[in-house]
Amino acid sequence: MGPGVGRGRKYVTARFDIGDRVEVLSLEKEGHVRIPFYIRGQEGTVVQYCGRYLNPENLAVGNMSGPGIDLYRVEFQQTELWTSPDHLPQDRLIIEIYDHWLKISGS
Amino acid sequence: MSKDHSDHHHHDHEALVVEDEAGNLDAQIIIDALQDVLIAKGLLTAPEVTKEIEKLESKGIHLGAKVVAKAWTDPDYKARLLENGKSCIQEIGVPVGEAQIIVVENTDEVHNLITCTLCSCYPRSILGQPPSWYISKAYRARTVREPRSVLAEFGLELDEDIQLIVHDSNADMRYLVLPQPPENIGSLDFGAIEALVTRDQLIGVSR
Repeated sequence: MGPGVGRGRKYVTARFDIGDRVEVLSLEKEGHVRIPFYIRGQEGTVVQYCGRYLNPENLAVGNMSGPGIDLYRVEFQQTELWTSPDHLPQDRLIIEIYDHWLKISGS
Repeated sequence: MSKDHSDHHHHDHEALVVEDEAGNLDAQIIIDALQDVLIAKGLLTAPEVTKEIEKLESKGIHLGAKVVAKAWTDPDYKARLLENGKSCIQEIGVPVGEAQIIVVENTDEVHNLITCTLCSCYPRSILGQPPSWYISKAYRARTVREPRSVLAEFGLELDEDIQLIVHDSNADMRYLVLPQPPENIGSLDFGAIEALVTRDQLIGVSR
């Protein structure tokens, strides 16, 4: 794992491993959704497991019951996300994605 | 955008809103009315409100600077801080309300930049309230679309051989950049080292 990435412990039941290539789903959900549009449909690499957290989509409407959802940090190559010449080939973006917004790439 | 690197001791509060000529702020009028109603109904007291404001404003860059100075002067602490930010920050007497603080380290090869594209997520326990530019739509949109241009506007021309990693603080984690230590760190005492750390470095708009 490269510098600036950080580390975390993992539940054994978590679906994804560090290094997995994943795709962010384009779920048609409304309301307090924490997955911005610019990252939907993009492919990246899991770099960190963050633990389990209550789903903010449910918390926002007063549903405080579980279950906790696995949260990952996923790394993307900036030149694949944007056409802007601002980005260099080595530049990366890392964002937190909940389990239900992810699938293994190509699956 | 602000590029003042010497202001953190004064806890600069850039204005979020501008008052009219009579001194009125739209949001303040609403807040005052709401507070009056809540006090009249016995749900709040004015001293309680004052106490909460004090609590909010007691957090600031001095806490983040303490964490960084400790990491710069204690290699074992630094290694553990990069593994688990929250527990190591709490260990030195700084309470952390966030689920986790992920500390990302700048090196000769890597520069980290923190943003929250969706709103204004910020490690408030250790840095206090975010500066107004951090929560502006321009910063939030442009730090992912064209981060090197944004950094240049802050006065940081990042070398082309450095890897820029942008961290979108979009969910439960909060982030703190660990800047590189100054070269003369060996000649400084702890207080002098803390005083060198700026808010902008801890967000990553300065290096």
